[in-house]
Amino acid sequence: MISGMRMRGLMRKEFLQIWRDPSSIAIAFVLPVLLLFIFGYGVSLDAKHVPIALVVEQQDAATASFTGAFRKLDYFAPLPFANMRDAEEAMREGEVEAILHLKSDFGRTIFQPGGAPAQLIVNGVNANTARLISGYATGVWATWLQQYAALNARSFNVPVMVQSRVWFNSELKSRNYLVPGLIAVIMTLIGALLTALVVSREWERGTMESLMATPVSMSEILLGKIIPYFLLGTGGMLLSVAMAVWLFGVPLHGSFFLLFGVASLFLLVALGMGLLISTVAKNQFVASQIALVVTFLPAFLLSGFIFEIASMPQVVQFITHIIPARYFVALLHTLFMAGNIWSVIVPNTLALAIMALFFMGLVWRISRKRLD
Amino acid sequence: MTEIIVAEPVAVFTGVGKSFVAGKRRVEALRGVSARLRAGCVTGLIGPDGAGKTTLMRLLAGLLKPDAGEIHVLGQDVIGEPLRVQQSLGYMPQRFGLYEDLSVQENLDLYADLQCVAHAARPERYAELMHMTGLAPFTHRLAGQLSGGMKQKLGLACALVRSPKLLLLDEPTAGVDPVSRRELWEIVYRQVEQAGMSVLFSTAYLDEAERCDDLLLLHQGQLLGQGKPAEFSSRMQGRIFNVSNGSESRRRLQQQLVQQESVLDALIQGEAVRLVMHEGRSPQGEVWAKGLKIEQAAPRFEDAFVAMLGGVGAIAPEAVHAAATVTAKNGPVIEVADLSRNFGEFQAVKSIGFHVERGEVFGLLGANGAGKSTTFRMLCGLLPASSGSLTVAGMNLRDAPASARSRIGYMSQRFSLYGTLSVLENLRFFSSVYGLSGKGRRARIDWAFERFDLHDIADTASDDLSLGYKQRLAMAAALLHEPDILFLDEPTSGVDPLARREFWQRINLLAEQGVTVLVTTHFMEEAEYCDRLVIMAEGSILASGTPQAIKQTAAATGEKVATMEDAFIALIQREAA
Repeated sequence: MISGMRMRGLMRKEFLQIWRDPSSIAIAFVLPVLLLFIFGYGVSLDAKHVPIALVVEQQDAATASFTGAFRKLDYFAPLPFANMRDAEEAMREGEVEAILHLKSDFGRTIFQPGGAPAQLIVNGVNANTARLISGYATGVWATWLQQYAALNARSFNVPVMVQSRVWFNSELKSRNYLVPGLIAVIMTLIGALLTALVVSREWERGTMESLMATPVSMSEILLGKIIPYFLLGTGGMLLSVAMAVWLFGVPLHGSFFLLFGVASLFLLVALGMGLLISTVAKNQFVASQIALVVTFLPAFLLSGFIFEIASMPQVVQFITHIIPARYFVALLHTLFMAGNIWSVIVPNTLALAIMALFFMGLVWRISRKRLD
Repeated sequence: MTEIIVAEPVAVFTGVGKSFVAGKRRVEALRGVSARLRAGCVTGLIGPDGAGKTTLMRLLAGLLKPDAGEIHVLGQDVIGEPLRVQQSLGYMPQRFGLYEDLSVQENLDLYADLQCVAHAARPERYAELMHMTGLAPFTHRLAGQLSGGMKQKLGLACALVRSPKLLLLDEPTAGVDPVSRRELWEIVYRQVEQAGMSVLFSTAYLDEAERCDDLLLLHQGQLLGQGKPAEFSSRMQGRIFNVSNGSESRRRLQQQLVQQESVLDALIQGEAVRLVMHEGRSPQGEVWAKGLKIEQAAPRFEDAFVAMLGGVGAIAPEAVHAAATVTAKNGPVIEVADLSRNFGEFQAVKSIGFHVERGEVFGLLGANGAGKSTTFRMLCGLLPASSGSLTVAGMNLRDAPASARSRIGYMSQRFSLYGTLSVLENLRFFSSVYGLSGKGRRARIDWAFERFDLHDIADTASDDLSLGYKQRLAMAAALLHEPDILFLDEPTSGVDPLARREFWQRINLLAEQGVTVLVTTHFMEEAEYCDRLVIMAEGSILASGTPQAIKQTAAATGEKVATMEDAFIALIQREAA
C-alpha cells in the first residue's frame, strides 16, 4: 500500500538532496548544457571553407566560370597554384584538402563529344571530410555544367544527368541531427547515471539501511526515486528541446506532444537501467563505471547519434538492437527533421515500451526490502 | 526495586542461524541462537567485533532473512510480516543512517513522514526530542556538520520520532566521546522509564554492560549466556584482587603476574594491577605474592567476560631485541611545541605542546574528532603543520631523509595491509619497502612469524584474517625494520577485549626494550596502560601527565573520579564551564 505522506517525505528529501549536492547539479544541469554547446557550436561534421588547390593550365572563359562557381560557395576556399607539383606539395603538408586540376584543353573540349576531363584529388586521411568534399565538388560541377550550357544555349552530350536534392535536412547542417540526438544522451545521463549514483550512495552511506527499517514499502522507495528523477529528466529534455529549437534553430517538424511522449518512455527505460545497476553495485564508484559502460557510451556511440548504424559492421549492427537509445535517436531524428512518420514512430515506440516494461519489471522483481 | 512481571517477551528467537559468503569463505554469523528479550527494560547485546551483534539486530528489524530458526518480534513473525513489525520498531544502524545533506529538522521530518506521524502531533514530539537530545539550537544545521556525539543523538531522535515499542540500537556509543555516551544512556533510560519502551543496545564497551538490565553475551555467533550483569560478575566473587608494590613499575609487575599459571588475567589499573585468578586459586600462599600488597576487589562484568572466553596467554619476553641496543641517551625523543593545523576555517589542532621520553609509552587520548589523528599525521610527516614546531628523534620528519624515517615504525588506523596478498607476501613487501634484503630480511620475517605466531596463517590473504590477526600482522610489519620509535594510530579500535590485552602486552614488552611508543586511543581504560598521556578535546590539550596525575587534576574539580572516564568527563565539564 502506498501512503501519500511517506511518498511526499521521500520525494521532498530527494529534491533537497539534488539541490544541495553539487555533483547532482553538475550531472543534471551543467553537463547537459555543456554538451549542447559543444555539439551545437563546437563539433561540426560539415565541410566549410575547406582549402582546395586550383591548378588551371590554360586560363580562359570556361575555366574562369568554373572556378568562379567554386569560389561562390561557402564550402570551399580555393587557392590557385601554378602547377601540379606545388599543389601536391601543399596537399602533402596539409595546407589543402583537395586539388582540382583543369587541363589546358578544358575550354576547348568541353562541348565536344566525350566532354572535358576535370581531375579531383582528395586527401582521404579523414574519410568523412573526403567524402563530403568529393560530394560537394561533384554537386558544384553538375550545377555549373547546366548553368554554363544554358548560358551558351548549347547542350552537352551527357547520357545521364544526376539531379540531386537533399530532403529533410536541406541545408545539410550536421547540427540539425546532432542536437536532437544529444537529447538521448542527456536523458541517459540523468535517468541512468545519476539515478544509479544516488541509489548506490544511499547504500554506501547506510541511509538505505535505516530507510528499510521503517514501515516504508519497497514500491514506495522505488517510486520515491523514480518520480523525482523522472521530473528531472523531463526538465533536461525540455531544456534540450528549447535550446535546440530557439538557440540552434533546429526545425521541429513533428508533433511536440509525440516527442514528449516518446521521451517519457525512454526516460522510464533509462531509470529502470539506473535502478537495476544500483541494486547490483552498492557503491558509487562501481555503479558509475557500470552506468558509463552499459548506458552512456552505447547511447553515444551505438545509437546512431553520431555514427550511422547502417555503416557499422554486421555484428555491431546486431548489438545496437539491444541499445534503447538506438530507438530513441531514430525517433528524435524523425520527429525533428521529417515529421510524424508513423511507420518509423510505431515500431520504435513499441521497442521502447517493451524495454521500459522489461527493466521496470525486473527492478520490481529483484528489489527486496532486505540487506541480503 | 519492585520486579515488574512481564508476561510477553518483546522478541523471541529460536534456533536462529545465518551465514554470509565473504569472498571465498562462508562466514557463520549466527549459529543456533535462541533467546527471549524481556519487555520494558534495556537488554545489552555484548560481544567482540564479529560476534554477530549486527546480524542479530538486522534480523530483528526484518532486514535479513535467517537461514534457520524463527524470529518473533512483538508477537509478529518478522520473516513473514516485516512491515507490521517495522511500524512499532525504532532502529538505529551502526553507521548513523542520517542524510548528511539534510538539516536536523529535515531529517526529523523525513522520519516522521516515513512513520506516518500525524502533523498535529509533531510539534510537541519534536520539541520533546530536541530538548532531550540538546539539539534544539541546531535544528537548521546540516546533519553532516554535527559532531559525532550529536549525530548519534539525532539518529536516536529519528528512531524515536514515533515512540516505538522496541528500540534497536546497534553500537550507538562506538567512537563517541564519554560525555555524549553518558547522555545517550540517559535518553535511552528515560524512554524505558517514561514510555515503557523495550531496548536492545549492542556495544563493544564492556563497561557499558553494567548499565543494562539484562545481557545477551555473543561470541563467534553463539550465545554464551543471558542474565543480569550482577549474575555474571557474582560468579567471579573471590577471584579478583588488586595487587601493588611500592617500588617496581606497574608495567613490570603486570608482566610478571600475567606469566603465573594461577593468574587468568592481569591488568594495570591505577597504581595497582588487577588480577583475575583461575577458579579456586588465590594469590595468598603463592610464592610470587610475597611482599606484595594484596586486596580483594569487587568483580565486574568484564572479568566474567574474559573468564568465559578463557583469558589471554602470556607472551614471553624476548631474550635480545636489537632495538634494545639503542644507546640509552636521555632527553626527549619527541618534542612538540605550539603546534596547530587548520583545514580552511576549521582549526583541527590548536597550538598544543608535549614531549615524550625514550622508552615511554605515551598516549593521545580523546574522542573521535578531538584532533588525535591530525596530530599524529603531523608527527609522522604525512601532513604539514600550519604553525608551531615538532621534532621526532631530533628532526622534522616532513623534510627528513629516508634514512631518518627508517627509525620510526607506523601502524595506521585501518592497518594498511594489502588485502589480496598473503601474510607472508605482506611481510615480504613491507620488508623490501624498508630496504631489507637477503639474510637480514629473511631473519626479520622469521622473527615476525615466531614472535607474532603467524605460522598457521602464512598463506592466508590478509583480507580473510580476523581483526585481531590483522592487527598482529600490521604490528609485525611496522616492526620489521626494528624502529626505535613506534607510532600506533587507534591500534585497538574494533578489536575484541582479548586481542586488546594481548596487544598491550606486546607494547609493554617493546617499551621495556627501549622502544618509544606513541599511541592514540579512544578507549579510556587504555589510558591506564600508558606511562604518560595527554587528553585532547576539540583540538586542545585538556590535561597531561601520568594517569594518576590526570585523575588528581580532574579530582580537583570536585567531581568523584574513580576511572579515567570519570576524569575525562570532569575535565570536559571544567573546560565547558
